[in-house]
Amino acid sequence: MKLILASLISGMLFGVGLSLSQMINPDKVLNFLDIAGAWDPSLIFVMLGALEVTFISFKVILKRPSPVFDHKFYLATKKEIDKPLIIGATIFGIGWGLTGYCPGPAVAGLGFGNPEAVIMVIAIYLGFMVHRYLFER
Amino acid sequence: MVSVTQFMWSSFNYTKRKLILENFTPVSAFSGGILIGLAATLLLLFNGRIAGISGMMSGLIKAPRIELYWRLVFLMGIVLGAFIFHLIRPDFYHPRTNFPFWLLALGGFLVGFGTRMGNGCTSGHAVCGIARLSLRSIVATATFMLSGFITVYVVRHLIGW
Repeated sequence: MKLILASLISGMLFGVGLSLSQMINPDKVLNFLDIAGAWDPSLIFVMLGALEVTFISFKVILKRPSPVFDHKFYLATKKEIDKPLIIGATIFGIGWGLTGYCPGPAVAGLGFGNPEAVIMVIAIYLGFMVHRYLFER
Repeated sequence: MVSVTQFMWSSFNYTKRKLILENFTPVSAFSGGILIGLAATLLLLFNGRIAGISGMMSGLIKAPRIELYWRLVFLMGIVLGAFIFHLIRPDFYHPRTNFPFWLLALGGFLVGFGTRMGNGCTSGHAVCGIARLSLRSIVATATFMLSGFITVYVVRHLIGW
C-alpha cells in the first residue's frame, strides 16, 4: 500500500514536470531535435535539471542497503553494449523524431485530452506487442 | 538595391532571432526537469524502482500483481499530474493540428518497438541510467538523440514536410 502511494506521488510529480517543461508539446520537442533549423535548445535544460537531481540523489540512495518500502533495489544488471540496444535506440529515435513524442509525454497527454496522445499510446502498445511476438517468446 | 537586400536580410534575421528567443524557455524547462528528477528520486528511494516510462508501460502487459499495480498507479499519476497542471496553466499546452494520423501511428509503433528492443526511453536511459553512469544508458541516449536529430533533419530539410 505504501509502495502504491509512493508511486502515485512520484508519478504525479513526473506528470507536472513533463507539463511545466513543455515536453508535452511535440512541436517543441521537434524544434529541439531540429539543429539545422530554428533550433530551440530548451529541452537540454530539462535533462540538465533532472540529471542535476538524480546524479546526487541516486548516489546517496544507492548507498542504502535497501529502499524504504521494499527489501531491495530493482536495477538493470546488463552491462554489455549489444546490437539490440543500438538498433532499438535508433528505432526509438526515428519514432521520436517523426512524432515529437517519447513515452512519458504520450501518457501525460491523456491527462488533458490530447487526441494525438491516444493514438501514440495505442501505437506504442502495438510496437510492444510486435516486439513481444518476435523476440520474447 | 543593395540596401533593400540588406534591409530584408536584417529584418529576416531579426524575426528569426525574436522567434528563437520567444520559444526559448530555459527556466520552465529546467524547473520541470528538476521535478522529473525529484520524481525519479522518490521512486528509487521509497520503492527501489527506476522511473522508466516505456518499461512501466510494457510491464503492464504481463507482470505479477504488485509489479502491475505500482506501474499502473505511477502512469495514472502522470495522467493526473498533467491533468491538474493543465487546469492551473492551460497555456502551457500548444495543441498541434492537422498532423497526419499515419505518421503518428507509424512513429508511435517505432517508439514502442524501439524502446522494448533498446530496454528504455528518455526517462529510463537519459535521466535514470546516466545518473547511475550506466554505459548502456549513455550509449542508448547518444544513439536515440542522434537518430532523432537525423530523422528531423531528413523530414524537415531533405523531404521538407
